[in-house]
Amino acid sequence: MHNWRSKAIITVAVPVLAITAAACGESGGTEGGGQELSGNILIDGSSTVAPLSEGAAELFMGQNPGVKITVGTAGTGGGFEKFCNGETDISDASRPIEAEETKLCDKNGVKTEQIAVANDALTVMVHKDNPVDCITTEQLKQIWEPGSKLKSWSEIDGLKPAYDEKLELYGPGTDSGTFDYFTEAINGEEGAQRTDYNNIGENDNAGITGVSGSKGGMFYGGYSYYAENKDKVKALEIDGGNGCVEPTIETVQDGSYKPLGRELYIYPAEKSMERPEVKSFVQFYVDNANKVAEAAGFISLTGQQLSESKDAIAKLTS
Amino acid sequence: MVTNEKTPRTGRTRLAVAGARAGSVSVFGKSSPGERAGSVLFPAVLLLALTLALTGLASLLVWSFVKGYPRLDANLIFNAPSTLFPATAGFRPAILGTLYIIAGVIVLIVPLGVGAAIYLEEYANRERWYNRLIELNIQNLAGVPSIVFGILGLAFIVRGPLDLGFIAASASITLALLVLPTVILAAREAIRAVPPSIREGSLALGATQWQTLSRQVLPASTPGILTGVILAISRAIGEAAPLLMIGAVTFVMFDPSFFSGGYTALPVQIYNYAVRPQEEFRNLAAAGIIVMLAVLLLMNSFAVWLRNRYEQRW
Repeated sequence: MHNWRSKAIITVAVPVLAITAAACGESGGTEGGGQELSGNILIDGSSTVAPLSEGAAELFMGQNPGVKITVGTAGTGGGFEKFCNGETDISDASRPIEAEETKLCDKNGVKTEQIAVANDALTVMVHKDNPVDCITTEQLKQIWEPGSKLKSWSEIDGLKPAYDEKLELYGPGTDSGTFDYFTEAINGEEGAQRTDYNNIGENDNAGITGVSGSKGGMFYGGYSYYAENKDKVKALEIDGGNGCVEPTIETVQDGSYKPLGRELYIYPAEKSMERPEVKSFVQFYVDNANKVAEAAGFISLTGQQLSESKDAIAKLTS
Repeated sequence: MVTNEKTPRTGRTRLAVAGARAGSVSVFGKSSPGERAGSVLFPAVLLLALTLALTGLASLLVWSFVKGYPRLDANLIFNAPSTLFPATAGFRPAILGTLYIIAGVIVLIVPLGVGAAIYLEEYANRERWYNRLIELNIQNLAGVPSIVFGILGLAFIVRGPLDLGFIAASASITLALLVLPTVILAAREAIRAVPPSIREGSLALGATQWQTLSRQVLPASTPGILTGVILAISRAIGEAAPLLMIGAVTFVMFDPSFFSGGYTALPVQIYNYAVRPQEEFRNLAAAGIIVMLAVLLLMNSFAVWLRNRYEQRW
């Protein structure tokens, strides 16, 4: 019964969504001059962002049955590879595009803008019985940095209270944007991390199972996995230099959950945005981003982030 | 299967064997205790191996049924997937995608696989180095990991020379390449198992090689070839890794088509649901496993029916 909460969120959010979406659709229809939209929209990229794009696509297709939207989950890096090859219209990403990827895009004449669609908190999860409540970024680095030999919680410098259990580390696979983001934020270099951890690939549920069954377990993953499993695992507060901060909707939105609060993005291709169905889908996506984010277990954007996303759309279409 | 060497054990043969055995024992003495223990232990070990394998399979099936049971309804088959309404979401585009892809695989592997097997068994001269090279390669290809075929498909079928794009037809071709060695090897075995006397008799009566092949050898080896096709389909239907590589997307709400647009397949959809944080999706994945099993059993039972129709004994 632990997931009654998510059920409650969905049962409340969905009718609200459907009604507001219907209302938006009416106004959207008049903007488009009453024209029937049709065509295919190809989306690929991060598996973290996919539920958001799928939710937005589902609502959009409900109003525009002529439009066929597909969402793939090749991972953030795999998505950009296809996107910059001109094979997809929109790329989902759980981290900003990298210089090397931009170079590939430029080479193939693919222009894009970064549009934030939701917030997420990389959450460090431990066993329920673990007495430790807060960990500093320094201590996280000590545990996860490449070459780290830490075997036990008692070996972590300055950790309070003392806890003598064997460290069991669980982390996402190296293709994941979550891995990229965490290694960059904590270890200071993207992709640099000790290699003797349990690599759970893209299956974050395996990390939850691992940590809930191991007293010395530690796992980092998206906020939605923590939110769905609050009865099984405990989230550590993160001290990024300004005291311990718990991952919550508020601390992520006001930016105090540092450095593990992150934005999730979509990158639409400028050329695709010339097609009316893509343009109106991207606008629809951002207009409904917060409702979709809540239904899918993510943290919604702040007003300022929303207006930045709208500015980015304007830049792409001008 | 063709049984040209084994004679069926009737009561008479069993009696004859027991009598001969008793004779041998009385002349040469009883076998040593160690040997007798071995003849008891060996079947026990075999039985244990079988039990282990079946327990694994049975526990997976029971788990899927228990977890997926609440979702076993018509929605599961007739509804499209949904991220917002997991309670009524289904697998319709994935089921159609899998059926299309497998149909394409069958159309490709039967003529290609049987053709290659006929060439290697009936025409190829084993003295030639290139025929031996082909044989060696087919055997090696049967052991290549599926993701390698995915990369091959991406480079040469989706992009590159064929440039078909991310469509279901590309998936069919890639999976056909993946399972072709299985079909060729099974078809060769089946053709080899046709007794030489049948071939020789046919040729002696004045039939050409083509007539012998098409009227004697192929009909006789059909059951064995169909077994190979069943094995190949069973492998192809469960592949997710190469499909992810060649662009089976995870979210398709509309019915796919074979030559254009996005598509998905059951294993890809199941994987996508299994890794979601929400419990509803994980139950949906379990229900999807049952759907996939049903699709596989339906396809295979058709092939088994065909095989039994062609089964013949000498």
